[in-house]
Amino acid sequence: MFIYADNAATTKMSRTAIEAMLPFLDGYYGNPSSLYAAGQKAKEALESARADIARCIGADPREIIFTSGGSESDNQAVLSAAFAGAGKGKKHIVSDTIEHHAVLHTLKKLEREGFEITLVPVGENGIVRAEDIKAAIRDDTCLVTVMYANNEIGTIQPVKEIGAVCRERGVVFHTDAVQAVGHIPVDVNADNIDLLSASAHKFRGPKGVGFLYARRGVRLYNLIEGGAQERGKRAGTENVAGIAAMSAALKEAVGNMEANSKKLCSLRDRLIKGLSEIPHSALNGDANRRLPSNVNFCFEGIEGESLLLLLDDKGICASSGSACTSGSLDPSHVLLAIGRVHDVAHGSLRLTPGEDATEAEIDYIIDSVKEVVERLRGFSPVWRDLVAGKKEFIL
Amino acid sequence: MALYSEKVMDHFRNPRNVGVIENADGVGEVGNAKCGDIMKMYLKIDGGVITDVKFETFGCASAVASSSMATELIKGQPVEEAMRLTNKAVAEALDGLPDYKMHCSVLAEEAIKNALDDYYAKHPELKKE
Ligand SMILES: Cc1ncc(COP(=O)(O)O)c(C=O)c1O
Ligand SMILES: [Zn+2]
Repeated sequence: MFIYADNAATTKMSRTAIEAMLPFLDGYYGNPSSLYAAGQKAKEALESARADIARCIGADPREIIFTSGGSESDNQAVLSAAFAGAGKGKKHIVSDTIEHHAVLHTLKKLEREGFEITLVPVGENGIVRAEDIKAAIRDDTCLVTVMYANNEIGTIQPVKEIGAVCRERGVVFHTDAVQAVGHIPVDVNADNIDLLSASAHKFRGPKGVGFLYARRGVRLYNLIEGGAQERGKRAGTENVAGIAAMSAALKEAVGNMEANSKKLCSLRDRLIKGLSEIPHSALNGDANRRLPSNVNFCFEGIEGESLLLLLDDKGICASSGSACTSGSLDPSHVLLAIGRVHDVAHGSLRLTPGEDATEAEIDYIIDSVKEVVERLRGFSPVWRDLVAGKKEFIL
Repeated sequence: MALYSEKVMDHFRNPRNVGVIENADGVGEVGNAKCGDIMKMYLKIDGGVITDVKFETFGCASAVASSSMATELIKGQPVEEAMRLTNKAVAEALDGLPDYKMHCSVLAEEAIKNALDDYYAKHPELKKE
């Protein structure tokens, strides 16, 4: 048995995306900036990919910049708005406590350079309230950055409402939509988005390629200086094969979104129901406002890395927010932000099955997790104390 | 390359000496849930020799394997010998641990020292300086 249930980390490339990539590795290897036909063929592919991607999120092709992925897009978006703001004497940024490190670490860097950062807390359900964002905006706020959907606990943020608040106050709004694009409907106009980050490998495209949407009129700061590619906003010979594959993957994902989402939501809810039967466990994040494929649980009395390795022995690929899996001493900042105490946050498990998963596989995951949790609790001194009443159960 | 050596994985999958000893002569508990690893050691000591040892661990594979290996290393040993067990010896016996996981093997050493301290606290007359 092999079940890949870590699609929030990365996905298997779709056949369509692989096929779309091949001609540019082999036949049309010309540089898109070259004038001869072989180069222009690559240029055409680039521009048709740009148009297709733009259409998938309701943007204009001129508003799409190709990048190396989600992290680069996040960095460029946040720094662009920050530096543009600083030019007008606005050096305050609003974000929240459960952002990806690509955003949080960029904000930390800005803080050291004299920017003021307000991280709005999220509720226990892992959702940011638009009212709280509104209250945090000041006259010198130059950027609000709130992710579309969270990569760990899958919560979907009220992006449209937050975007509306930003528009009302004339503040640039960026959303890290890396986990959303290709999975749930995203429309930059309906959602009032000015800047948006996306990454191909999260929707069955290749790794190392992504895009940044920047609404017309939003000034971009260059992370990479050099040639005039990407309208002078991102230098470097374009990853033509990767970009062609990204666009093929996104078109396919958007085309199949309704069917995939329906199927995944049903598998997700089956998995949640099954894992909820484990005593002293809890679902992390909102039960309804969550990504179709995201399941995240805490199990009291055990540690996440052990759980992952024993699941790996059973052929199940999953992830955890425990400290021992991150290489730091602290468990996931997201789990701490939704109020899980350290003891419990170490025992977290994230399962993000793919659309080709079956009900039988979900049931196998449920049985395996039950078995492994019981086994680990069997020699956990924490569990012994809890059962003996020497310590109080948290979950 | 795998994250852990075969030895570590073996001790993690099939930990030796798991459990508790009722009326143990020495009990030690180290670590805390905040950092993510907790170890508890139980020792049975007879005539200055560790005749039985059991452990319970809440933690990562490295923590589980370190405690398992540590129990193997001290079982049947004189108390003075066990007192000298280092985390380095535990890690070496496991064919090495990743650098950032060394702190988990430190816990195994500390859990044993802690259990032996408990033993000496109960039998101060045996403590030789
Ligand atoms: C929400 C979110 N933002 C940003 C990233 C970074 O994307 P990439 O791996 O393409 O740099 C990820 C992926 O890990 C993510 O989940
Ligand atoms: Zn550890």
